[in-house]
Amino acid sequence: MQSSTTSTTPTIVIAGNPNTGKSTVFNQLTGGRARIGNYPGITVERSIGKILLPGGRLASVQDSPGTYSLAARSSEELLALEAIAGIEPLPRPDLVVVTVDASQLSRNLYLVLQIIEMRVPVIVALNMTDTLEKSGQQIDVGILGRELGVPVVPMMARSGRGLGDLVGAIMRVLQEPALALPGWRWKPDSGALHDDMQAVAATIPESWHQNCDDRRQALALWALLSIDTEHHLAGVPDTMRQGAASCRLAAESAGRDPDREIIEGRYQWIDSCVSRCLREDPRRLSATDRVDRVLLHPALGLVLFVVMMTIVFQALFTGADPLIGLIESGVSWIGGKVGMAMGPGLLTDFLVNGVIDGVGAFVVFLPQILMLFLFIGLMEDSGYMARVAVLMDRVMKSMGLHGRAFVPMLSGYACAVPAIMATRTMERRRDRLLTMMALPLMTCSARLPVYGLLIAAMVPPWQEAGFVQGLLMSFMYLFGTAMALIVTWVLSKTMLRGSYIPLVIEMPPYRLPHWPSVWRMVLRRVSDFMKTAGTIILIGSIIIWALLSFPRDPQLEAPFDQQQQAIEQQLSQSVSPTDQAALTEQLARVEAERAGAMTRHSYAGRLGHAIEPLIEPLGFDWKIGVGIISAFAAREVFVSTMGVVFGIGEDVNEESRDLRSKMWSDRWPDGRQVFTPLVCLSLMVFFALACQCMSTLAVVRRETGGWAWPAFMFAYMTVLAWGASFLVFQTGRLLGYS
Amino acid sequence: MTSLDQLREGDKATLISVEGQPTLRRRLMEMGLLPGTPLQLIRRLDLGGVLELEVRRSRLSLRHAEATHLHVVAIA
Repeated sequence: MQSSTTSTTPTIVIAGNPNTGKSTVFNQLTGGRARIGNYPGITVERSIGKILLPGGRLASVQDSPGTYSLAARSSEELLALEAIAGIEPLPRPDLVVVTVDASQLSRNLYLVLQIIEMRVPVIVALNMTDTLEKSGQQIDVGILGRELGVPVVPMMARSGRGLGDLVGAIMRVLQEPALALPGWRWKPDSGALHDDMQAVAATIPESWHQNCDDRRQALALWALLSIDTEHHLAGVPDTMRQGAASCRLAAESAGRDPDREIIEGRYQWIDSCVSRCLREDPRRLSATDRVDRVLLHPALGLVLFVVMMTIVFQALFTGADPLIGLIESGVSWIGGKVGMAMGPGLLTDFLVNGVIDGVGAFVVFLPQILMLFLFIGLMEDSGYMARVAVLMDRVMKSMGLHGRAFVPMLSGYACAVPAIMATRTMERRRDRLLTMMALPLMTCSARLPVYGLLIAAMVPPWQEAGFVQGLLMSFMYLFGTAMALIVTWVLSKTMLRGSYIPLVIEMPPYRLPHWPSVWRMVLRRVSDFMKTAGTIILIGSIIIWALLSFPRDPQLEAPFDQQQQAIEQQLSQSVSPTDQAALTEQLARVEAERAGAMTRHSYAGRLGHAIEPLIEPLGFDWKIGVGIISAFAAREVFVSTMGVVFGIGEDVNEESRDLRSKMWSDRWPDGRQVFTPLVCLSLMVFFALACQCMSTLAVVRRETGGWAWPAFMFAYMTVLAWGASFLVFQTGRLLGYS
Repeated sequence: MTSLDQLREGDKATLISVEGQPTLRRRLMEMGLLPGTPLQLIRRLDLGGVLELEVRRSRLSLRHAEATHLHVVAIA
């Protein structure tokens, strides 16, 4: 089953070092039409596409994780081996196209050698030949091809140059695999390392070596390099693990160093090969070097970095506003039209407030997702993202985070949803998870109306919010950030304690971004979000609508109906415009009161009552409970829910005086004030920490491929929020505040 | 002999030995940092705690902490 040579559609795997244009080659071959799936049993994304070869033959094209070596220290790195060499349950590829950065030839050839050893047909796509020429180097492709024994196709993948040659080479190799199966380039032919290799080869199971001696020996070398006592690679058969471990131990006690022997052997071969095929002029300063002199300058580089990050943040935080406003008014315009056309009724209510608003609830994220991914695409494609990772490495590492977590964390101040999607710029699952879990604690823009309302509610409605209130807002930002960093630190020391990964990366050369591929990536992310997270958000919105709208009770509504009828009658009789205006306003007030009564009576209202004993120790009454439940649709909904619950209507904002006075005069049954400054503070702390956002959970579910992580996120954040609010409220009471 | 993180920008050196835990050692060697290899320190990014090297005609960045495991002899 592991061999796909018997099937009619051959499998082509694209492999290569990171930043060598792997995905560009993949997109060029498949025309950008790819299905995104996960590897079996592990949520590492892989793209699968199809290519129609001249002559009508169809082949399946798959990408693989970018890697410098097949040797693995983690289950994710093991994946590269499994995909490239074809180890169960993944099929053995009929062909591996290795993208090679021509300007980093030696290091790229190290991977090429390893793949050739595995006895799979290899084509080298020698990419970025343009940067090579600019840096004054030249590669003799003929010599390189002869030395390697595989077809070498020079390319400039981004402009599509060389693509036709690559397709031609693919055709030839699929017809005659022997053209691309040269056998060992370097092999330990005798001596102690050869004995080691043979000893370990004997422990390789058949499902791995597939009855091929070369491959068996290659896997033995792989095992010697990959297995040691520190790392437990799940998925590696025990016999192999023990074979390699005991062999290493014996070699080390004899004073040998098998790691160095293997790696040095390969590099000696590479060095002599490169010296034959690479010609270089006396070194010129490349364009990348000149740009880096500025962008990585200790002072100027930092200033430019801050400027660039500010632009990204501003674009997300305020730049997306007009578009968001447009979407929101568009949604309410459509809702209004539908409402008018259908007339009042339950179905109308469902369509307008359930479905249309639910669609609006996820469409509204699109401007920010679009912008963030456009920036990320440009930064990745131009080569700047690798520099960001390096510039931020020390700061981020001190909190257990990857340098690349900086942009997602920063985006979290605007909105956690695109920020969580942006964690994909990190290769390791552990790094992504860690960033994702802490991200929703950053103060996102949806919290601002809630904070605004609660800060205003701390003073009597006839007073203006003063200087202290402004400080309080800044404090909430600091508080959210500090909590996010603490949580990151704790998780990185406990649940998500990743094995230590040395930062040994290359700085890719700067390039002008390739707009088509950036744009394709952005569209892919957007449509992916709409399809997966969008559905969950829509369903969630409908559930919350239902909680707030049911059960219906004609008896409860009857008095409001009567009042409205009476007013409407007066309205039809009166002629004076002032009267009409007064009556219309009255009508609206009755409508708002009806909505308030219905909400109090609804399942959400009852739920609010039901959870009151749970939230009372935090100083919250059932009305706040209803607000918290409805805020699950989106945090800012808390404000309009308060408007509805207090009978003012949902068209309120955090500056509404009406709402402030209602909140100010709200009392517990025993006459105590509900919204005291202490309760407002406790509620702000709750909103800072609780996971009051189903869209965040929907996106985490999409990114982690299951409900376990979103459930954990919801649980830990709720517990944290409850605990912190409890502490604030009870300490405040002990200190004599009410 | 000194460790790599002690070099100044522009310094050239020959790698003498690679120390450190097996994972790090292996990774460094696989990236082409083998004993006997000539290299040049291109840039020190002290803010990020990272060094940029040129080795085997290509560029590599590594942390100061990791660079302490690489022992070199400067070439005058």
